[in-house]
Amino acid sequence: MGMFILRRVGVMLLTAFCLTFIVFFMTNLYPNLEKLAKTQGNFRMSDEAVVSYLTREGYMAPLPVKYGRWLGVLPNHVSTDEDGKTTGKCIREGVNTPETAPSYCGVIQGEWGYSSVFKDDAGSIISKRLGLTGWLALLAFAVMIPLALIIGVLAGMREGSRMDRSLSTFSIASSATPEYVSGVIFIAVFASSAFGLKWFKGSATSAMDDFTWANITLPVATIALYGVGYVARMTRASMAEVMTAQYIRTARLKGVSFGNIVVKHALRNALIAPFTVIMLQFPYLLTGVVITETLFNYKGFGWMLVQAASNNDIDLLLGGSVVAVVVVLLTQLISDIGYVFLNPRIRIS
Amino acid sequence: MEPLTWTGALGTILNPVFTFAVLGLILSVAGYVLLNTFENAQTAFGVTANRASGPNSEYVLKFIFPIAAFTILLCAVYLLTGILAPYGTAGIIGELGVRLLPVWIALVVTFYLSITYKRKLGLYGKLFDSPIGMIGFAIVMFWVFTAVFVAMDLIITHDPLGQVSGMKNKVPGTPLRGAEDGDYAHYLLGGDNLARDVFSRVVKGSQVVLVIAPAATLFAFMVGITLGLPAGYFGGKLDTIISFVANLVLAFPVILLFFLLVTPEIRAAGIPIPGTEYIWKVPTIMASILFLFPLVFLVVLFDSRYFTQPAKRNLYVGLTVLIGGYIYLGMAWNADPLGIISIDDGVLIVFVAVVFVNSPTVFRIVRGLVLDIKTRDYVAAGQTRGEGPWYIMLWEILPNARGPLIVDFCLRIGYTTILLGTLGFFGLGLSSESPDWGTTINSGRRLLSVFPHPAIVPALALMSLVLGLNLLADGLREESLKD
Repeated sequence: MGMFILRRVGVMLLTAFCLTFIVFFMTNLYPNLEKLAKTQGNFRMSDEAVVSYLTREGYMAPLPVKYGRWLGVLPNHVSTDEDGKTTGKCIREGVNTPETAPSYCGVIQGEWGYSSVFKDDAGSIISKRLGLTGWLALLAFAVMIPLALIIGVLAGMREGSRMDRSLSTFSIASSATPEYVSGVIFIAVFASSAFGLKWFKGSATSAMDDFTWANITLPVATIALYGVGYVARMTRASMAEVMTAQYIRTARLKGVSFGNIVVKHALRNALIAPFTVIMLQFPYLLTGVVITETLFNYKGFGWMLVQAASNNDIDLLLGGSVVAVVVVLLTQLISDIGYVFLNPRIRIS
Repeated sequence: MEPLTWTGALGTILNPVFTFAVLGLILSVAGYVLLNTFENAQTAFGVTANRASGPNSEYVLKFIFPIAAFTILLCAVYLLTGILAPYGTAGIIGELGVRLLPVWIALVVTFYLSITYKRKLGLYGKLFDSPIGMIGFAIVMFWVFTAVFVAMDLIITHDPLGQVSGMKNKVPGTPLRGAEDGDYAHYLLGGDNLARDVFSRVVKGSQVVLVIAPAATLFAFMVGITLGLPAGYFGGKLDTIISFVANLVLAFPVILLFFLLVTPEIRAAGIPIPGTEYIWKVPTIMASILFLFPLVFLVVLFDSRYFTQPAKRNLYVGLTVLIGGYIYLGMAWNADPLGIISIDDGVLIVFVAVVFVNSPTVFRIVRGLVLDIKTRDYVAAGQTRGEGPWYIMLWEILPNARGPLIVDFCLRIGYTTILLGTLGFFGLGLSSESPDWGTTINSGRRLLSVFPHPAIVPALALMSLVLGLNLLADGLREESLKD
């Protein structure tokens, strides 16, 4: 088990390394850098001005060098502008001087860089936005998982029954409704003047400070709806399979009531497979969160990613993708380990 | 011209009846579901109710079917009066029915023929034994026929890009301002924020979606199969490497990948080829690699089968290389010698991005299937006969994995449609005036709380197509399991 986790963590680090390098490569393509220079300087910069800006800021260095700097294994780039003022990633006015500033300044040292869009430290922006998204995701999960499990168990306990058919159709319909469709319909029906029902708010900006029933219901429902169908279908399949097992038949023949069979015998075994699916929903949630936050103007992690990507904010994008990749790989690891604990028949060698 | 109401003159009589029927339907279905759940819970927890006449839910069920039939009949009345009565009598719904008349006829013909000959049609015929599959198939074919007839210039009422002054954000059924003879007199589903006809844009958009989504899915399947077969069959280092790359792509958040890949800057970026003016652009790099897989797949497919008959082999492989190479040059390199096939850069990068995101999942499915199937006796028999590994993979294993692959293909077209919509929603890739559904939803969402119709119509269209594909896949799965 220890070896397994160690190996998985190794693969995880390698994957994170590769992925950040890809993001690094793509954000550092020359047209992207040119756009960055123009948004930082001015839009009518000449080509020469762009090159000189990029050279001064250290963007023209070879890619592996830049990546090493970002990681913190190579000494950081220090630039001097026309007035002779020295600037660099870890040189902060009032805190240290160019002489005393640390020369290695990257992710390993805990420095996530500087966001060119928000004009702030990338690390603190990411943690703040993640916190906001965490609440939204938590609420969405709190709605989605119980609902999906109940639907799945009810549908799967009698396969082929009318209840199964209607609930399955519902879950198919819900997984056919992506967030941008359900969100648009929800806003139009429940928050627009055209239908006259103004039960909820079409914007969740105020929910960042304070949740209320009116401002958070629609975003949560939007995220939850798309996921419910998928988890419910997996639960249903697993439940239906368990219900055909020999030991369930034995229990029935012994005269155990149907309710006892479902709750005491079938449920525990039927929930093993959905556990994996639920864990793997976390990374999937990210896409949903990006769409929902954009649609409802909730300024969390997803919204931040959109802002960073559309302005080629390299440091923020890299930080964001590290977070996303860690979430994906960590949930995969937890789902594998959890699977072993839930199902003792599986051994990891 | 008078503005059209939803149901027209007919509505004054039929609307109350219709409302009543729909209410009855909703109430009886809700009642049935509640009663049924309650009864299930009762049996589940061992409470035996006193039932002289069977479960109550069965009693309610007897009402649902007649009411549902009546409601459908009323819908048909709206449509039929729209077709038969003079223009405008049956309101927007009736006129929509008239515009879509070719689609209805094509649907009826398709279903009539398919049901008549369903015993001779294999898996496709079996689909017509499953109600769910039939409904899904009907919805999918509705959009397919719409796309086809729009290409024949039939359904569309106005130019999907044409702006008419005074029609900005107008509600459904608004008469066209300054209509001349020969113009269609109304904006049936209203105007959008640039005063274009919502109905025409939605039906035109079905074309974009129904061309890109299935084609991209097909390419993703080719890539996934070409890589998944050897990975599962040979295993070892090859498997480890390809699986690592596939997991790498899967660990990448889809949305971030789109934002990095499908931007105007990336489209301009590329590797300059030394000594020439040519810049090998990122979309071309990816397309030239990804589009190679279908070619390789087909060549290996024919070669492994006919290598003992050189004449036949040369013919098939030669044809594949010639035709496939021609299409490949046109699509990936935009270098078709005759200049017929070429893809716009914006569409190409969208296409490539969608293929790229989908193929690792297909790879994993194929690999899993191969790992299962390669332990079967007929594979061992083939190996004993001395068949080559590619023959066994492509002609023994692949045909036996077709069931799950066909089902996944249907589901994946739906998923691809959702991905295309996501790209459109963020305004990536396709041009901002493209009528595809994602882009239209994106442009409509800014004024959503005041004028919802420009965003809702494409949203419902997209949802119905994906729902149809999912139902179709469900029906296919059920029927293929019965074998």
